[in-house]
Amino acid sequence: MSSGFPWLTVLIAWPLVAAAATALTGVGRGRPSAGVVRAGRFGAGAARWVALVGALVEVGLLVGAFLAFDTTAAATYQLTETYRWIPALGASYAVGVDGVALLLVALSVGLVPLVILAAWHEQGGDRSRLRRYLATVLVLEAFMVAVFAARDVFLFYVLFEAMLIPAYFLIGGFGQGSQRRYAAVKFLLFSLAGGLVMLAAVVALYLQVPVEQRGPQTFLTENLIANLAASLDPTAERLMFAAFFLAFAIKAPMVPVHTWLPDVAENATPGTSTLLICVLDKVGTFGMLTLCLPLFPEASRWAAPFVIVLAVISILYGAILAIGQNDLLRLIGYTSVSHFGFIILGIFTFTALGISGSSFMMLNHGISTGALFLVAGFAIARHPRHSQRIADYGGLRIVAPVLGGTFLVAGLSALALPGLATFVSEVMVFLGAYGRWPAAVLVAVPAVVLAAMYVLLTYQRMFTGTPSADVANVTDLNGRERTVAGVLIAALVVLGLVPGPALDYVREPGQVSVELVGATEPAAATTQETTQGTTEGSEQ
Amino acid sequence: MNDGFIAPEIDWAVVAPVLVVLGAGVLGVLVEAFVPARARRVTQILLTLAALAGSLVAVVLLWPRVLRDGFAFIVDGTYLLTPFTLGVQAVVAVLAIPGVLVIADRTSSGEDAFAPTAAAVPGTAYEDAARQAGLQQTEIYPLVLFATGGMLLFPATDNLIVLFIALEVLSLPLYVLCATARRRRLLSQEAAFKYFLLGSFASALMLFGIALVYGFAGTVSLETVVLVLQHPELSPLGTMPGLVLTGVLLVLVGLLFKVGAAPFHTWTPDVYQGAPTPVTGFMAACTKAAAVGALVRVLFTLAAGFDDALRGDIVVALWVVAILTMLVGTVAGAVQTDVKRLLAYSSIAHAGFLVVGLVGFSELGARAVVFYLLAYGLATIGAFAVVTLVREQDASGVVLGEATRLAQWAGLGRKAPWLTAAFALFLLSMAGIPLTAGFLAKFGVFQAAVDAGAWPLAVLGVLASAVAVFFYVRVIVLMVLTPPADERAAPEAAGAAAPGAAGAAVRPVEGGGGTAAGVVTAARTAVARATVVVVGSRGPAALAIALCALGVLLVGLLPASVLDLAGEAAKFRP
Repeated sequence: MSSGFPWLTVLIAWPLVAAAATALTGVGRGRPSAGVVRAGRFGAGAARWVALVGALVEVGLLVGAFLAFDTTAAATYQLTETYRWIPALGASYAVGVDGVALLLVALSVGLVPLVILAAWHEQGGDRSRLRRYLATVLVLEAFMVAVFAARDVFLFYVLFEAMLIPAYFLIGGFGQGSQRRYAAVKFLLFSLAGGLVMLAAVVALYLQVPVEQRGPQTFLTENLIANLAASLDPTAERLMFAAFFLAFAIKAPMVPVHTWLPDVAENATPGTSTLLICVLDKVGTFGMLTLCLPLFPEASRWAAPFVIVLAVISILYGAILAIGQNDLLRLIGYTSVSHFGFIILGIFTFTALGISGSSFMMLNHGISTGALFLVAGFAIARHPRHSQRIADYGGLRIVAPVLGGTFLVAGLSALALPGLATFVSEVMVFLGAYGRWPAAVLVAVPAVVLAAMYVLLTYQRMFTGTPSADVANVTDLNGRERTVAGVLIAALVVLGLVPGPALDYVREPGQVSVELVGATEPAAATTQETTQGTTEGSEQ
Repeated sequence: MNDGFIAPEIDWAVVAPVLVVLGAGVLGVLVEAFVPARARRVTQILLTLAALAGSLVAVVLLWPRVLRDGFAFIVDGTYLLTPFTLGVQAVVAVLAIPGVLVIADRTSSGEDAFAPTAAAVPGTAYEDAARQAGLQQTEIYPLVLFATGGMLLFPATDNLIVLFIALEVLSLPLYVLCATARRRRLLSQEAAFKYFLLGSFASALMLFGIALVYGFAGTVSLETVVLVLQHPELSPLGTMPGLVLTGVLLVLVGLLFKVGAAPFHTWTPDVYQGAPTPVTGFMAACTKAAAVGALVRVLFTLAAGFDDALRGDIVVALWVVAILTMLVGTVAGAVQTDVKRLLAYSSIAHAGFLVVGLVGFSELGARAVVFYLLAYGLATIGAFAVVTLVREQDASGVVLGEATRLAQWAGLGRKAPWLTAAFALFLLSMAGIPLTAGFLAKFGVFQAAVDAGAWPLAVLGVLASAVAVFFYVRVIVLMVLTPPADERAAPEAAGAAAPGAAGAAVRPVEGGGGTAAGVVTAARTAVARATVVVVGSRGPAALAIALCALGVLLVGLLPASVLDLAGEAAKFRP
């Protein structure tokens, strides 16, 4: 099964090596005091460089993986590796990516060096703590890559649950909010509750496979899809779908199980929020797309109306709540609830256009929200009290024009301004959804206006007017911060103007998903043209 | 013709795993008598570890044979060699080794966990004299060996009388061990007494159950009982299934008591709290393994003979026990404020999960249970070993007893990062987080339950796990994310003067209730003022913690070979 260089295993293993190197850099320097080894100034400072170089090497490896990937067959798993892991349970170590998974791996790998750069002076100047923070970030990166690459349901589940632990420590141990422990526990309990319900379904999934077809690779996704098709009992299918969907909806997060997200956004560092909301939560929507739809096609079609209603509620409710927030990071958290609603809406349209739009949106949302979180973090770091309250700012644009400019662009991408990547994906989702659920689109469209409100009102309150006393003397973004913001904005603009190459990765998987779920295109003839049309339209 | 005694032909090699341990126990008693005091402790420890290792080697050597030749009945089934027997024996021996290491540890404060003279009344001059004379209790090692011998025999017999004897052989030394705690002597003796009293009740019920089964079948051999169940005409009372049902249920009571399943769990928190912590770890892991092994042996053997009605009745009983146990373990566990009690309730909850795996009487269930016992045992021994190292320290720097109040564990992560990491790992494994052994264990039992059609039980189990996660995570939050109590106290000291005074006024009243009022009051006041310190291990306990942590991780990451072995061990019937 394995072919060529094991790109994915290396991509999974390398961050762990980098994490170990980061964690060990500078340990033992300085004198131990009170039983705790305190690292010397130089040692812990060097740890940042180790982490950054490690993350950049990972980007290099990612480029290699991209070169090895064949875009003309984006819907099939490539770079596959399959090894026996727990034959007795039918679980194997099987990795492989299709176009969607590869884009999400790219998102994870691409964001990590930026998060590390953004965190350069974080953790209150405590370098030893910063070192542990960066090491944990790298550990989380390994899990994120692995979970998107997993081609075995059991392996996916194991990673899905296990990555809660580093995420939990990132929130609870390194967060900046006073309620960080509460937020961390809330996050963990929500996720674990969903995960355990999913566990019951994973167990049931194995037992639904006819005995004669069980083997050491029962849990391989493609084997499950092939073997379950004939034997699945409709009631069992719906129950299992519900269990999987609940876990993914909590992760995604979707109304009404989204309540952990704003607390986490408020209390974690912006870097943690970036990884958590922009990457980790994509596992939820990614799981819906790659597991719920193909494994439980009948149940997916059965549940679609409910899901669509919840998605539309998420879109509107998230946007309305975002408008009402006083806390900047909380606000960004709620905008994500709204955006995740769009992604889920697109997936459950069961049209190639909607699904590939959603896949593309997973990438774009990661970049644009990541930019918002990180730039917001730069603004907060400049405030003398590190206040997250929007009301404590004002007129920042005058003293820090670059900060204002980058925030505005990131915000505009959140409201899907034409020319930016998010616009392309949002249009694709709307068009895909309109073919099947026109009413849902009509109800959801006002969210675009609401998005304009929460972005522009925030910009107005924080950046325009006369500078408030607190921020009158702040400096503008330095080179390091400009690099972080610049890379993200460049990505948004490039993907917005030339979305074609990226869409090559998601178009075919979208079509295959529609086939797997067994839905017919509502207007089969026009879909393909529309896809092309959108692509070319945005390119101009 | 020949009334003389005919010596049975015994294949001694088959009995070796049990014989080695019991023989070493007898040897240990001789060591007590003949080896000079200064060398006694080392001799005992080495003898005990060698015996356990020898037993493990015997199991390993027998393994290929049992796979090749199948089952061996020694003396008409008095001793039974099956893959399942060997599997449970292997688990018990593997767990007993770190268990003994923890028992053998003397921390850097220079003392072990055991009273110099267990018979002395707590707080008397006699006890003080014994302590000052530097007496140490080395009898615990033979006691541990006898208990282990009983545990090894427990799942290895087809004969209900031998089952009962094994139960007593493993229980009596444990009752004594529970009473030997160096600190909190009253609590320890109370625990032993409680355990003894309730254990006797359970034994008596079991014996009564055996009598009823004998009445039904005219035999105490399980295989013959199965025969009578299938052919009722073989026995005069063979047509009275009520007899055997009552009998089997009463035998189950005895076994479930040892397993610590509700509603026969009430002894668990008190005994786990009162017993010396190393003994608690040993008892929690190994006794449970042996008792579950015996439970599987009895139930699964008899299940072959059950008709639908009988089977239905037994399954209902198991359902009730499983649900109650998970409920009690998780709900009561969530409100505990003492580490040892929390681990005790966690152990009850685990008993519930284990019973969930049994309801199908399937090989899948037996495999899951063997794996579960190993995963649970490693985490439990490791966790209790960590508890032995977290101590209180009074103002003058003298290290006191264990700091078992949960609040005292706040901020432990800063004082001892590695120890905290290990404890967190054990808790995560107990919570069933993936990539630890506990996850696969839970996966296995739920899989067995769903396979048997008991999916509501599996769903309840999942929900119970979710609640359990809450209290495991609470401890981790406390250790890792909460600043230590002394650090928090400093800024609050000014404001908290008034409540502090109130607390001081209450404390003597509390202490005055004790029997040896003066000593107890002094001790409690000291405890209330003590700071928490992590003492170093002199090696054995640290080694045990490392072994358990390694085991939990390895079994969690690369479980294939262990699962295969457990799968082979799951063949419990000829």
